[in-house]
Amino acid sequence: MAERYVMSIDQGTTSTRCILFDHGGRLVSVTQREHKQHFPRPGWVEHDATEIWRNLEQIGPKALAQAGIGSGEVAAVGIANQRETTVLWDRHTGIPVTRAVVWQDTRTDMLVEELSRRPDAYIVEELCGLHVATYFSAPTIRWLLDHTPGLRERAERGDVLFGTMESWLIWKLTGGPDGGVHVTDVTNASRTLLMNINTLSWDDTLLDFFGVPRAMLPEIRPSAQTYGAATRVMPGVRIAAALGDQQAALFGQTCFAVGEAKCTYGTGSFLLLNTGHEPIRSTHGLLTTVGYQIGDEPAVYALEGSIAITGALVQWFRDGLGLIGTAPEIETMARTVDDNGGCYIVPAFSGLFAPHWRSEARGIIVGLTSYITKGHLARAVLEATGWQTREVVDAMNADSGLNLRTLNVDGGMTANNLLMQFIADVLNVPVVRPMVAETVSLGAAYAAGLAVGYWPDLEGLRRNWHRAAQWLPAMDPALRAREYDSWQRAVERTFDWIKPHEE
Amino acid sequence: MPGPVQSIERAAAILRLLAQGSGRLGLSEIANSLGLARGTAHGILRTLQMVGFVEQDEATGKYQLGAALLHLGTSYLDVNELRSRAINWADALAARSGEAVRIGTHLQGKLLVVHHVFRPDDTLQTLDVGVLLPMHATAMGKVLLAYDANAAAAVPDGDLEPFSRRTIRTAKELTRALSGIREVGWAADVEETTVGEASVAAPIRGYGGLVVGAMGISGPIERLCDPHNRPRPDLVTFVRDAARAVSRDLGAPRW
Ligand SMILES: Nc1ncnc2c1ncn2[C@@H]1O[C@H](COP(=O)(O)OP(=O)(O)OP(=O)(O)O)[C@@H](O)[C@H]1O
Ligand SMILES: [Mg+2]
Repeated sequence: MAERYVMSIDQGTTSTRCILFDHGGRLVSVTQREHKQHFPRPGWVEHDATEIWRNLEQIGPKALAQAGIGSGEVAAVGIANQRETTVLWDRHTGIPVTRAVVWQDTRTDMLVEELSRRPDAYIVEELCGLHVATYFSAPTIRWLLDHTPGLRERAERGDVLFGTMESWLIWKLTGGPDGGVHVTDVTNASRTLLMNINTLSWDDTLLDFFGVPRAMLPEIRPSAQTYGAATRVMPGVRIAAALGDQQAALFGQTCFAVGEAKCTYGTGSFLLLNTGHEPIRSTHGLLTTVGYQIGDEPAVYALEGSIAITGALVQWFRDGLGLIGTAPEIETMARTVDDNGGCYIVPAFSGLFAPHWRSEARGIIVGLTSYITKGHLARAVLEATGWQTREVVDAMNADSGLNLRTLNVDGGMTANNLLMQFIADVLNVPVVRPMVAETVSLGAAYAAGLAVGYWPDLEGLRRNWHRAAQWLPAMDPALRAREYDSWQRAVERTFDWIKPHEE
Repeated sequence: MPGPVQSIERAAAILRLLAQGSGRLGLSEIANSLGLARGTAHGILRTLQMVGFVEQDEATGKYQLGAALLHLGTSYLDVNELRSRAINWADALAARSGEAVRIGTHLQGKLLVVHHVFRPDDTLQTLDVGVLLPMHATAMGKVLLAYDANAAAAVPDGDLEPFSRRTIRTAKELTRALSGIREVGWAADVEETTVGEASVAAPIRGYGGLVVGAMGISGPIERLCDPHNRPRPDLVTFVRDAARAVSRDLGAPRW
């Protein structure tokens, strides 16, 4: 029999990737395509879901061609996706009713204020493990229903469907208006504010609270289970997994045991800690979320430290300021100087996420003097990622009562040696990158491969994990303490910037 | 002697045109100025855009000179960029071969290690990114000497520094070795740097086939070579395939 492969689709915030893995979890082919970021107003971020679908139509077959195989040799496909980003589409035409509203979008901040002040608001966190924030899907759905004439009626009739990107792509892949399957998985559903974290089903109290009609919601399924077969792009291939990208990375890093954690460095950065079969509540600004659910087994939960802006700050340095031509050049520029020259950048572009959760904060550059060059700014950009990691690691340590002993990392920014060394320095623990930097994709592939029996069990997957690189801490403790103090003072200066009446 | 290549002449004319005046022109303006069919002008512009000599403004669709043209004198591919673009294939090569992987570029007569993937056995290993190695005694270095005229020009005249009994010592020997490398498309170092150690490397190419770096594996001679001290063909294939995959992603033509 010919060799078979598993395909992953990583529908990310900046691009969509399609990767084929072989039985050893080794990458065989990879194709990628960026999509346009729309910033129609300050604080608004949108994607065109149709453009993303077309990108997949291109890169899927290209990945097969690159490997020299047909879809018959693909055992299954797994999807990982940018989470929370909200797509609403017409079930009869398959056309999105508006642009997708991205997780970084802050248009719902007034609505979130209003909802949080309601006397029954305490119930939200109790039921779903998240607090009300612009970040999650429910306020966005509500905002779109309120601001688009006639939409609520169509949604109530079930003519307009909601989904995060995995729902949209699965529906399109399985036929769209002609029999498309409308599903989501537990990890993605756990980011909507609408799913009960204990029962793993849509919760009527939450639906009422946010005013979201049940008829528009997808069916919630396990993360690894065959949802259906593709009728387009890769006809006949079973779609056998879906996970939010951060949960997929946790799975790809094989953090299957309680206490295992990873941090993925992409557009934003997300530290996730496996907490086992019980949802643990944070008292230090972390989120309770579903890690994964394999078939009918009980779900595994995670604590999450979400950082909104890390790689996105590098992108802003490139596209917004034009100081570099490509993201990796930031390392070259940062290495032209020895330190930050006293300059700090706090990228509170969408407010601050964990552990602060300050939606009214906005970004700042502090410590500017005539001495500062673009090299110092480049360093401050990278250091911002390091210190934000330190903040969520401190929160994680405080919540779990354990001290993190090594940090497992993955994602695009792990190609940056200066940054990885800095993270080891500020955390004072070794930083370890596994052999597959595309861990998000690997996790989606693993889940799909497990669902169809391509891989037998979790233990086998664990054996594929190998250390590809390691950075050891080497910073003087006094310097570390001083710099952390400066960073924390910089963070305080971002608070209370947006005043309610200014919106 | 063959005559001038028409499309190169036209490309040069387009660059001259864009270098003048406001520097932002639409497709029709360019085609009309040079008396070219729109399709012809578009084809040339797309190629120029691909190699970075021309950029197209997203909003207006107008063309202008590209950043790559302005930095023609400096290194064509930033080493950190090279690492980012190669990281997936370097990982896959380490996983397939079971050996440590390195990527190197030429820096002032030395081989600069720009990326390093550990041997996948989870033993203690240390990142040696930033380390400088001798060109004539390593597989990666010899690849660069074979394909990069500037790297070759930086080799000093006279005898070469020996690191072991097997290190290439003379310019004449080196010339012979390099032409052999060009013939087969890969290089090996069998105990030329360190006794008991071997390495295999292949070129990484960018647009137009320009060699921008080398990628290779290294490890104990018993694992990398057959009993006759010749690199194992399966490992050579892994290395060449990985280097080709990176090259394809960097826009190199197939070879
Ligand atoms: N060498 C580098 N140094 C610093 N930042 C980098 C480097 N390479 C990539 N980045 C940043 O990392 C991000 C891309 O990484 P990656 O592809 O993992 O992101 P991502 O979050 O998965 O993207 P998506 O949001 O599409 O999922 C970009 O924001 C980019 O600016
Ligand atoms: Mg991603």
